[in-house]
Amino acid sequence: MTFRYLPMTDQDKKEMLETIGIETTEELFQDIPENVRFKGRLQIEEALSEPALIKEMSRLAAMNKNTKEYASFLGAGVYDHYTSSIVNHMLLRSEFYTAYTPYQPEISQGELQAIFEYQTMICELTGMDVANSSMYDGGTSLAEAGLLSAAQTRRKKIVVSKSVHPESREVLKTYAKGQHLEVIEVEVENGTTSLNGLRSVVNEETACVIVQYPNFFGQIEPLKEIEEIIHENKGMFVVSSNPLALGALTPPGKFGADIVVGDAQPFGIAQGFGGPHCGYFAVTNKLMRKVPGRLVGQTVDEDGKRGFVLTLQAREQHIRRDKATSNICSNQALNALAASIAMTALGKKGVKEVAHQNIQKAHYAKKVVEEKGLSVAFTGPFFNEFVIELKCPAKEVNQKLLECGIIGGYDLGLSYPELKNHMLLAVTEMRTKMEIDQLANVLEGLTCVQNISH
Amino acid sequence: MRTEHQSLIFELSKPGRVGYSIPDLDVPEVNVESIIPSDYLRTEDAELPEVSELQIVRHYTALSNRNHGVDSGFYPLGSCTMKYNPKINEDVARFPGFSHIHPLQDEETVQGALEMMYRLQTSLAEITGMDEVTLQPAAGAHGEWTGLMMIRAYHEANGDFNRTKVIVPDSAHGTNPASATVAGFESITVKSDERGLVDLEDLKRVVDQDVAALMLTNPNTLGLFEEHILEMAKIVHEAGGKLYYDGANANAILGFARPGDMGFDVVHLNLHKTFTGPHGGGGPGSGPVGVKADLIPFLPKPVLVKEDDVYKFEYNRPQSIGRVKPFYGNFGINVRAFTYIMTMGPDGLKQVSENAVLNANYMMRRLEPHFDLPFTQHCKHEFVLSGRRQKKLGVRTLDIAKRLLDFGYHPPTIYFPLSVEEAIMIEPTETESKETLDEFIEKMIQISKEAEVTPELVQEAPHTTVVKRLDEATAARKPILKFAKQV
Repeated sequence: MTFRYLPMTDQDKKEMLETIGIETTEELFQDIPENVRFKGRLQIEEALSEPALIKEMSRLAAMNKNTKEYASFLGAGVYDHYTSSIVNHMLLRSEFYTAYTPYQPEISQGELQAIFEYQTMICELTGMDVANSSMYDGGTSLAEAGLLSAAQTRRKKIVVSKSVHPESREVLKTYAKGQHLEVIEVEVENGTTSLNGLRSVVNEETACVIVQYPNFFGQIEPLKEIEEIIHENKGMFVVSSNPLALGALTPPGKFGADIVVGDAQPFGIAQGFGGPHCGYFAVTNKLMRKVPGRLVGQTVDEDGKRGFVLTLQAREQHIRRDKATSNICSNQALNALAASIAMTALGKKGVKEVAHQNIQKAHYAKKVVEEKGLSVAFTGPFFNEFVIELKCPAKEVNQKLLECGIIGGYDLGLSYPELKNHMLLAVTEMRTKMEIDQLANVLEGLTCVQNISH
Repeated sequence: MRTEHQSLIFELSKPGRVGYSIPDLDVPEVNVESIIPSDYLRTEDAELPEVSELQIVRHYTALSNRNHGVDSGFYPLGSCTMKYNPKINEDVARFPGFSHIHPLQDEETVQGALEMMYRLQTSLAEITGMDEVTLQPAAGAHGEWTGLMMIRAYHEANGDFNRTKVIVPDSAHGTNPASATVAGFESITVKSDERGLVDLEDLKRVVDQDVAALMLTNPNTLGLFEEHILEMAKIVHEAGGKLYYDGANANAILGFARPGDMGFDVVHLNLHKTFTGPHGGGGPGSGPVGVKADLIPFLPKPVLVKEDDVYKFEYNRPQSIGRVKPFYGNFGINVRAFTYIMTMGPDGLKQVSENAVLNANYMMRRLEPHFDLPFTQHCKHEFVLSGRRQKKLGVRTLDIAKRLLDFGYHPPTIYFPLSVEEAIMIEPTETESKETLDEFIEKMIQISKEAEVTPELVQEAPHTTVVKRLDEATAARKPILKFAKQV
């Protein structure tokens, strides 16, 4: 079998071997000791032709219920949002996606400028001074914010609210273990961080307080009160934020956040079974030289022409090695580009409009499910997610919803035992009134009105 | 093609223009101030650009024209494996059944995704000779840290809390010592010998009861196979340490050797290198980690298992190091890697390494007369030249790299590994034709002659790019990290 990605012909091979002065390619592998050389044939699946492979991958894809065919009310950190067609078209410009990290700025001005624009837009939304060029995702970005806080304050205790995404908290705990940091979780009261609980654990040993805004239950945390508690103790205030929500909500920077992190997935990035997404990381000027990951800066060339470069690299692993501020190397550059294009397409007006539609639709959904006799768990203000109490296990409810063309909400009992039979529903601008009404109807009687999948 | 000047998107903005379209609100509107306290409602708009759709398309098209990718031209960037990124991978990753599924859907509704992941992790275990693989780490460095955390958990489970050191060779990638630090270890450097391989005597000197692991890239960053790998494994294992394989250079050994057979206990692979997930301008990557049986209990959770032809995640893993990433890894990159593995099969993958190694050796021998070659044995998939001969003429390796830009090439990796003066690290990959290699070689020879005859031509390069050399010192001294509107 010949392979379409391998251009070497027998003639090429012969000429190359002659130049090297050897008879066979095997001679090039003689330095691999005999007893570690692999002599068998790899026991992996046989190669498929292009059409056969498309068929097999289509078969696998078709086994998955997707949000193009089903109306999804599943959020919990990953959302179904409007994405302009141009995002994918521009991402497929292969000068972007087949490029490496822009270490050679003269031939990487496109990527560098796009990331510079991304950094600017993240700063605008979060109200922060500096944003880096991206992290793996919201969860690892949050964990790195914890590490930065500990390094900056030389303190060992990280306080995190239980209303922060459960999986992000798990990631934080794994990172903390490596650094011998203690993670202290604060209870939730009526859907937001318990302020008394927070006061009782925050002290002069606290490196930071981490909260999510809007939080995992969709609720808007009292950032003003939380900021006072942590800053009185001279720790860092870390806020994890859905950046789309910041089109409508006061940015964390206005509340005195030191570090704002989150995931830019709502901007033009596919849900993609959880990744790749795009962590963002934004800080105050004071922390500029402590930021993990790559930063793009503006400068001039020898002729005084504006250009962009990777900068402040003395923070990074390839220069500072074991003293680097983080080990991150590869980041999520292409997804930062996607987010940048999507933010540009939405623009000043669109980001506000979409954020407000999320608020309106989620509140309409809350109203109709309440009218159908379901109770909503928390009473505070919320963005595009809210919690309902179910009459039967969430898994059963979701099965029924699926039969009616709906991907239901997140079963909160999976990560909060006290919230058994509670479901987190997300309502984005993509959900129509008809879909929301259908959801409420099914939830009411658990009887299917009509299958609305297509 | 317009490449001269490209405004920032903010400079194109004009109030009133839009680039999006969503339906009008179809639910009864309520006064937002009645549902959200005014302190929490944004009063100043985020200053995102106001531009039309065509303006956006022109903007990003112009930016792409100011960027070099593998599709634009040869990209012999050592240690990065800049091979062709197949188009079918991009198509498949965009199937709605892969791109539009939510990670928290019921497992029964995503069996196809789970099957793909299971088949990928099984294939990677076979390719690396390991017993089990996790797809959770997002990139190579993330995999390194994950692996080290598992090694730490393994030692601690054995009641061994004093292993504070991780050994890395002086030629190691910067991520190795950085990952060791994040995992809470101190890194100790082991020297290379005159042949560019780990110095066994020095290894014996630094290995003791405090060592948690040795991290090694094999072939190493000089493109040389560590011939004494079994002796090294023995030294480390006898002291109770573990062996960590940095898979950055796996493109050299597919089907020829497997880390698991060399004595490695933990392996990470960079799917965005060896397995064609594109580099995307710096990411996203994917850094699966494979382990030997004794480390399986420590894998990050959840672990994907197959029971009676049903795929599911196992969460009850009491000894797991925990999660290293929300959800299940960079699934979209994993889809691409699986598509690639299915394109190549066992024979294709072996051919990949054979051709990659032959390409590298061919280039090395042709360039040897013109540049210093510090290590003269056969190389694997990449090799390192030294620009010290040209440096004596006043032409630095950086100048050579910049001159290559004039000929439409992305330069090799330069000044790495740190152990080689004026290093030029070249990795052609298997997807380049002999003609491409020959053209590049001719240009390298031309530059070596220019260094003798017209050094200023090289020193002042590049001459043809959209910007000339940029002032990096000022960029770092007075950082401008975002656009500020002129007032």
